[in-house]
Amino acid sequence: MDSGFDFDVIQRSAGYLFREGMTFTITLTLLSMTGGIIFGTILALMRLGRFKVLAWLAGAYVNLMRSIPLVLVIFWFFFLVPYIGAWLTVSPRPIQVGAFYSALITFTMFEAAYYCEIMRAGIQSIPRGQVWSGYALGLTYGQTMAQIVLPQAFRNMVPVLLTQTIILFQDTSLVYVISATDFLGAASKIANRDYRLVEMYTFAAVVYFIISFTLSLVVKQLQRKIAVIR
Amino acid sequence: MGYNWNWGILLAQEPGGTGTFLHYLFVGLGWSVLTALCAWVIALLVGSLVGTLRTTTNVWVVRLGNAYVEIFRNIPLIVQMFLWFFVFPELLPKSMGDAIKQMPPPWSAFIPAVLCLGMFTSVRVAEQLRAGIQSLPRGQSMAGTAMGLTQTQNYRYVILPQAFRIILPPITSEFMNIIKNSSVALTIGLMELTGRARAMQEFTFQVFEAFAAATVIYLLTNLIVVAGMRLLERKVSVPGLIAAAGVSAGH
Repeated sequence: MDSGFDFDVIQRSAGYLFREGMTFTITLTLLSMTGGIIFGTILALMRLGRFKVLAWLAGAYVNLMRSIPLVLVIFWFFFLVPYIGAWLTVSPRPIQVGAFYSALITFTMFEAAYYCEIMRAGIQSIPRGQVWSGYALGLTYGQTMAQIVLPQAFRNMVPVLLTQTIILFQDTSLVYVISATDFLGAASKIANRDYRLVEMYTFAAVVYFIISFTLSLVVKQLQRKIAVIR
Repeated sequence: MGYNWNWGILLAQEPGGTGTFLHYLFVGLGWSVLTALCAWVIALLVGSLVGTLRTTTNVWVVRLGNAYVEIFRNIPLIVQMFLWFFVFPELLPKSMGDAIKQMPPPWSAFIPAVLCLGMFTSVRVAEQLRAGIQSLPRGQSMAGTAMGLTQTQNYRYVILPQAFRIILPPITSEFMNIIKNSSVALTIGLMELTGRARAMQEFTFQVFEAFAAATVIYLLTNLIVVAGMRLLERKVSVPGLIAAAGVSAGH
């Protein structure tokens, strides 16, 4: 590239990059985090529960997700979701869901496996006495979990859950492989249109770095705070 | 649902004429594993160096190590892949950059992929090793010093041999992670297992057979790597220590 580093292309495209791309990335991250933690907690409860079949199913699911690459999972769901949609709505033809919903389902399902392991460790870190006192007070299994065990497990695991979310934020950039317009996708489209690959990819790296690094500092701060309370 | 299953497709000839589609996928696995092994060498060398330096007493060396770790940890893998593929050759002297860009097909993607995955994983190795070193009782290095060892000798004969044996289990999962992460290299054109499964899907429209076959191959590879590492772990575990399994976020 003989013209040197072109800052102008960044300035020209910043509006598009952040309004279209970053909005997609952040929405996807937040929704998948919420879905992933909920589904992951359910999986963790299944793994630790009394029912052998459920425990086995959840374990198999988590191990499967953790054994195959995220890119392959993204492809799987990209092609599978239209068929599942057709099956659920009894439609004769696969349903088009678009890149965003496909990605949302993928990341919720995939990250749930990782959130599950975190929540499982969190639940296992709660002393057994807590559960027994719950039962002694006449609470049911559901009440003991919802009101005694999970709130404590969740609070202990907040830093790890957030660190996983930073990883999720970075992983959403892989939706590039299904041509979604997330932040990297938007940067890549400008890069190829204007032939400014060096500028756009460097800029994307800087932006991802600033956001992830800031968040990781916040998590560290939080970790210190929680450690003091405990 | 209107999907026509055809498992026989795995035994059909692939259009490149190199054999069946199943064979085509296994060659892809070969590329995944080769990429992972080469990257693993870089990751171990660089990671050991950085991880060790971060436990020394020199403030500036520690800061430099921290900066290195933060940079490689806070940029998504695919963006790093693009940096190595598109940006890195531009930063080199022109003749060298052009030489890299003009390499024949598999290598032009293979070399950036190896560098990228190696450096990306080196940070994780460095973190594990630092944790391993810091988990050793302080008496170990004190005893070394008391016996008159220099800092280098202390690391070489007392600290590192123990630290490496302690961190073997978490390091195992990092090796499996490189094999999985090598799939990101399909974005720069490396035809590894996932890339070939996608290509097979494009040739044949048998989406689910292609991805199911790739999934099964990944699972089998996972089993083999885990079994191999179990054997190694049993051989090198430090007697008298309970391996501490920490919880952390990661892939």
